[in-house]
Amino acid sequence: MSSTATTPSAAPAVPPREHYLNVNFGVKSWLLTTDHKRIALLYLATITAMFALGGAFAVAIRLELLTPPGDFVQSETYNKLFTMHGVIMVFFFLIPSVPAVLGNFLLPLMLGAKDLAFPRLNLASWYIFVVGAAFTVWAILTGGLDTGWTFYAPYSTVASNSNVVAAGLGIFITGFSSILTGVNFIVTTHKMRAPGLTWFRLPLFVWAHYATSIIMILGTPVIAVTVLMVAVERIAHLGFFDPRLGGDPILFQHLFWFYSHPAVYIMILPSMGVISELVACFSRKRVFGYSFVAMSSLAIAIIGFFVWGHHMFVSGQSTYAGMVFSFLSYLVAIPSAIKVFNWTATLYKGSVAWDTPMLYAFGFIGLFTIGGLTGLFLAALGLDVHVHDTYFVVAHFHYIMVGGVLMGYLGGLHFWWPKITGRMYHEGLAKVAAIIIFVGFNLTFFPQFILGYLGMPRRYHMYPEEFQVLNVMSSAGASILGMGYLIPLLYLTWSMRYGRIAPANPWGARGLEWQVPSPPTTYNFDQVPHVQEEAYDYATARKEPAHV
Amino acid sequence: MSEHAAAAHPRLQHHFDSLEQQKDASVLGMWTFMVTEIMFFGGLFLVYAVYRVMYPESFAVASRELDIPLGLINTIVLIGSSFTMAMGVRSAAFGRRRGAALWLVLTALLGLVFLGVKVGEYQHKFEHHLVPGEGRFAPDHIPAEHHRGAEAYFSLYFAMTGLHATHMIIGIPILLVLAVSAYRGRFSRSYSTPVEMFGLYWHFVDIIWIFLFPLLYLIDPSRHH
Repeated sequence: MSSTATTPSAAPAVPPREHYLNVNFGVKSWLLTTDHKRIALLYLATITAMFALGGAFAVAIRLELLTPPGDFVQSETYNKLFTMHGVIMVFFFLIPSVPAVLGNFLLPLMLGAKDLAFPRLNLASWYIFVVGAAFTVWAILTGGLDTGWTFYAPYSTVASNSNVVAAGLGIFITGFSSILTGVNFIVTTHKMRAPGLTWFRLPLFVWAHYATSIIMILGTPVIAVTVLMVAVERIAHLGFFDPRLGGDPILFQHLFWFYSHPAVYIMILPSMGVISELVACFSRKRVFGYSFVAMSSLAIAIIGFFVWGHHMFVSGQSTYAGMVFSFLSYLVAIPSAIKVFNWTATLYKGSVAWDTPMLYAFGFIGLFTIGGLTGLFLAALGLDVHVHDTYFVVAHFHYIMVGGVLMGYLGGLHFWWPKITGRMYHEGLAKVAAIIIFVGFNLTFFPQFILGYLGMPRRYHMYPEEFQVLNVMSSAGASILGMGYLIPLLYLTWSMRYGRIAPANPWGARGLEWQVPSPPTTYNFDQVPHVQEEAYDYATARKEPAHV
Repeated sequence: MSEHAAAAHPRLQHHFDSLEQQKDASVLGMWTFMVTEIMFFGGLFLVYAVYRVMYPESFAVASRELDIPLGLINTIVLIGSSFTMAMGVRSAAFGRRRGAALWLVLTALLGLVFLGVKVGEYQHKFEHHLVPGEGRFAPDHIPAEHHRGAEAYFSLYFAMTGLHATHMIIGIPILLVLAVSAYRGRFSRSYSTPVEMFGLYWHFVDIIWIFLFPLLYLIDPSRHH
């Protein structure tokens, strides 16, 4: 393996004559492709559009909260704004972000396979995703949705006058895209590994995606059937959650959070996988405690299914249930902490390089730690009563979702961009953007911790005047953050055509995906690779000239 | 199996090394999907469990409105269809064109019989005002104090049997497509994976009914027919 590793990277940086991007052209060659790499790019385009839409709602929210009175939009409109921001970002950006784009592109490459196990199913997942997204966008355009992204019954089933059924169907449909992706990833990891690539030689990115897939196949069907019950209750008046029809609204919350808490791990685990790759590559070391990091992904996936009740401490569930859920929520923090400590230990005595992807990795570690530790505040039964439904919760989950997931996604996108497009982006601009995003993010969301602790409730479009300074800081931070996101959109797009041509392995990274040319050919590998080394074997790599 | 011999097989997809690997992947994929299906129905079974604990007597009273003989007939029909499905899988695996097609068509017919009986049962519920919903639910035989629980019961009855029937409605056209493929000789001793995978699905749908029948029809201990 070490001999094959040097050959492509030592060759001059000329792209192969034929690769997956130029093998054929035209709309049809993309819309009917079964190549996992092209499908990854289809997802990239789709979720970028959805991110822009969700971001537009965020802009409107922060504009409204610039001043204490509700002067920019009416309260009903505001309800719709934060609902649609949440629905779009959670279901149509965060959940598919890393797995559907980077996972789709990289999993077969990292496993030494020609494609995912079910290529046509993979394309079908994208179409299902687009149909689900179209339903939801249609729901937004024809009246919107005002239930909060949580669809709490009986408001969603009886009271709300907005487009609950259409939006719910959109989420129901999109769920199948997630399930089929999960099935594909699990089967591919089990059945398509190259000879010699044993489970404990797998990159941690693969472990993270395997754990994510388990949550996708176990959790997603439950939200699907729950949303279906909401829709049926609205359309046909069958009674599931409406007390007048014999139902129980708390049961909805149990079913909803049974998926939607593990869904948080669907979002964060793949990003954690990205961070493991980045930290190893840019400190030129094997990840400290590889097997602990691998197993912690599975531990998060499993324990994550038993903590949903911490969303319901004040919903009227029994105190004893609350105590058990509180304890389990503390327990799920342990595997997350193992990851953070092990990444930090990997940096120790590493030869750390400050390339753009690594800046995002550092951002992730710091912000995820803040998000995770404030999660422990919320897992405490007593403190949660004080900060429940305040901006403290909003700040906490944005530190995980944006500070964690999005940082990992952007870090991964920059790291593998040369592999995906065969082009380098502008390093200086990229570093500036990473720093702007980090600063903008903290300015947006750190004040919200304080606001929440002082008692500002979430989901209101007006607030007392003494909260204005912190809200203005937050809105100012949001505009910086928005600028920060625009810059990569521009230079990455620009680089696709005008960027410097990328070598096969610009970072001197280990892993099978760096041994094939950038961009790879349609079938990835000319001959099946035989793996003879552990993951992240940078100790061997140091003896070879890897950087070109 | 020699890799080169397998590579020549027309059903081998480009990204697999051998037919064996391709089949292993399909089998694991199908079982993984079955796990998803269990969780999908699991949500409804959970709701059933909660409401049955909440309204034990109303559930028993409401279950008297169901026709046990019809349920029993459907159970036998469905188990029979599992048998014909298994025979279809076996015939396809032996490359028997007509045999496989015949068993698959028979399975589809038994599925249609099941759905026909189900339609009759639904019609009976509509006629007797047993469909939940404001101003719609007006059962003659259920005392007023059981109405709330009975409404929850019938909501679940329609949702669970409806979701089950939806799975059969999806399955029947696939069965017919497979039957045509079998007749045209698409399956052989070396390749009959689609029929085998569909068999797993059909048996799964059957097993769901095996749980639905007692949970919906047979929960009133005082009932004698």
